[in-house]
Amino acid sequence: MARYILKRLLWIIPVVLGVTIMVFTIMYLTPGDPARMILGSNATEEKVEELHEQLGMNGNYFQRLGRYMKQVFIDHDLGSSYYTGVRVTDQIKARLPFTLRIAGISILIAACIGIPLGVLAATHHYTWIDNLAMFGSLFCVSMPGFWFALILVSFFAIKLGWLPAVGIRSWTGYILPCVSGAIGGAAGLARQTRSSMLEVIRQDYITTARAKGQTERKVIFQHALKNAMIPIITVLGSMFGSSLGGALIIETIFSIPGMGTYLTDAISKRDYPIIQGGVLFISICFCLIMLLVDIIYAFVDPRIRSQYAGKGKKKQKKEVR
Amino acid sequence: MKARKKKSHTKEILHRLFKNKLAVAGLVVIILLVLVAIFAPFLAPYGYEVQDLTATYQFPNGTHLLGTDNLGRDILSRLIYGTRQSLRIGVLSVAIASICGITLGSIAGFYGGKTDNILMRILDIYQSVPAMLLSIALAAALGPGINNAILAIGISTMAEYARMIRAQILTIREREYVEAARAINASDARIVLKHIIPNAFAPLIVSITMNIGNSILAAATLSFIGLGAQPPLPEWGAMLSAGRSYMRDYGYLVIIPGICIMISVLAFNLLGDGLRDALDPKMKN
Repeated sequence: MARYILKRLLWIIPVVLGVTIMVFTIMYLTPGDPARMILGSNATEEKVEELHEQLGMNGNYFQRLGRYMKQVFIDHDLGSSYYTGVRVTDQIKARLPFTLRIAGISILIAACIGIPLGVLAATHHYTWIDNLAMFGSLFCVSMPGFWFALILVSFFAIKLGWLPAVGIRSWTGYILPCVSGAIGGAAGLARQTRSSMLEVIRQDYITTARAKGQTERKVIFQHALKNAMIPIITVLGSMFGSSLGGALIIETIFSIPGMGTYLTDAISKRDYPIIQGGVLFISICFCLIMLLVDIIYAFVDPRIRSQYAGKGKKKQKKEVR
Repeated sequence: MKARKKKSHTKEILHRLFKNKLAVAGLVVIILLVLVAIFAPFLAPYGYEVQDLTATYQFPNGTHLLGTDNLGRDILSRLIYGTRQSLRIGVLSVAIASICGITLGSIAGFYGGKTDNILMRILDIYQSVPAMLLSIALAAALGPGINNAILAIGISTMAEYARMIRAQILTIREREYVEAARAINASDARIVLKHIIPNAFAPLIVSITMNIGNSILAAATLSFIGLGAQPPLPEWGAMLSAGRSYMRDYGYLVIIPGICIMISVLAFNLLGDGLRDALDPKMKN
């Protein structure tokens, strides 16, 4: 198992290198000159060139990529904002907790709604409960998250005045962004839970558990749900990625000082170091979450755990021989 | 006794599909959307650009069935014309994603070995950036506009098709009919296009249908942050974004385009679900 985790951790290195090259290339191909945007349209050609040199924007693609890779991987520096001069790493440190908190709470809400709803639909297969739950979840999957966020704002913040419409001054500020971020995920999770529960529920070991006289509750939650968890965990992991991507929109709507507003603001200003650094950082977070998902598989499913243990034992036996 | 007449495979699939009421409802909505998009100039009571500054912010009434916006433009007409844009985005971005994805996945799956390994590792890197983030970064790089949004969504979602077709090819490429095609000296392209892809069609068509809805949703998101359709083009996401500033007093400017997006995405999802069940009844859970 330790070997597998190490192998997966090592695989993150080429992925991070690849993402860095990819994001750099996208930004390199972006039309528009940040130097001109900073200096204004009246700036002389000399001044623009001078600023290019200062910002490290001179040279061809490979020279610039080389400089950027050295800066990131050798000097451990993601650069500074073209406009404010503030270091990207400092800003990420300050803003990432907001984004992670929103993504984390959203996933938690989604899991609390989606998993029980999926179980309920599966245990009431082909009844009105199942149909209602599945149509409801398909309805929510089809709903634009930002639209739902706006509806929530107009009702709970503007009309009723119960919750703040923008900003995070207390815990109440998290409610609307997290609920609007969770709705799509909850629906997707309910659909996945239902389909994997239905697969498990028809297995012989469930019939055996029932025949042994186990209570229905125990059969569903201890025997069936536990075995249906693998695809559910996968969806939860990938939801984290979509939550991080979705944070861009949710944070913009609620004016939350997280990674989303930082990135959207940088995109409109062509502030390359922020975009490159932000996307790179979010991708690393996503890779680590997917690694965590793989490790959780082994804890949830003893078959996967024994697979790794089996490999280790086989190797040891070979070495003894 | 007369032997029961055997139904063709397609007929059987269609029969199963039409038995699913929700899928049929989805199909009907999609057909209606297509008809609205085609006949928009005949159906819309006003042009989508026509402004009437004496009739701004009108709530739904007899003259303007869904009201008017801040420039006095008829919302119903803009929604009708907007159907064209949203369907165009959905269909074209999925076409780009599926063509690129199928090509890459076919190369990886068919040739295997090092080619497969390299392509799959590139896709790993590609998929480690959340799709929405990649779409936004690409749309920002390409510049605001509906065509660039289509390209950005298409490129950022192609990996799914590549993986799917590769997985299908890995199971199909050793089958007898592929071997038979090889034996008669069919070219690689012919084997992939004529023998492998048609046999990997079932999961592909489900994914394509569902992703049209998802692309409409993604395009609306891009338009919402100003990277998709640009004014005065009436795309639903852009209309929603424009109405946001007036949401406090004129909620209908936000609610109506949102409902249109939701209904169209829901229709594609219902049809996708129905197709999946019809193509493989074993998958019907």
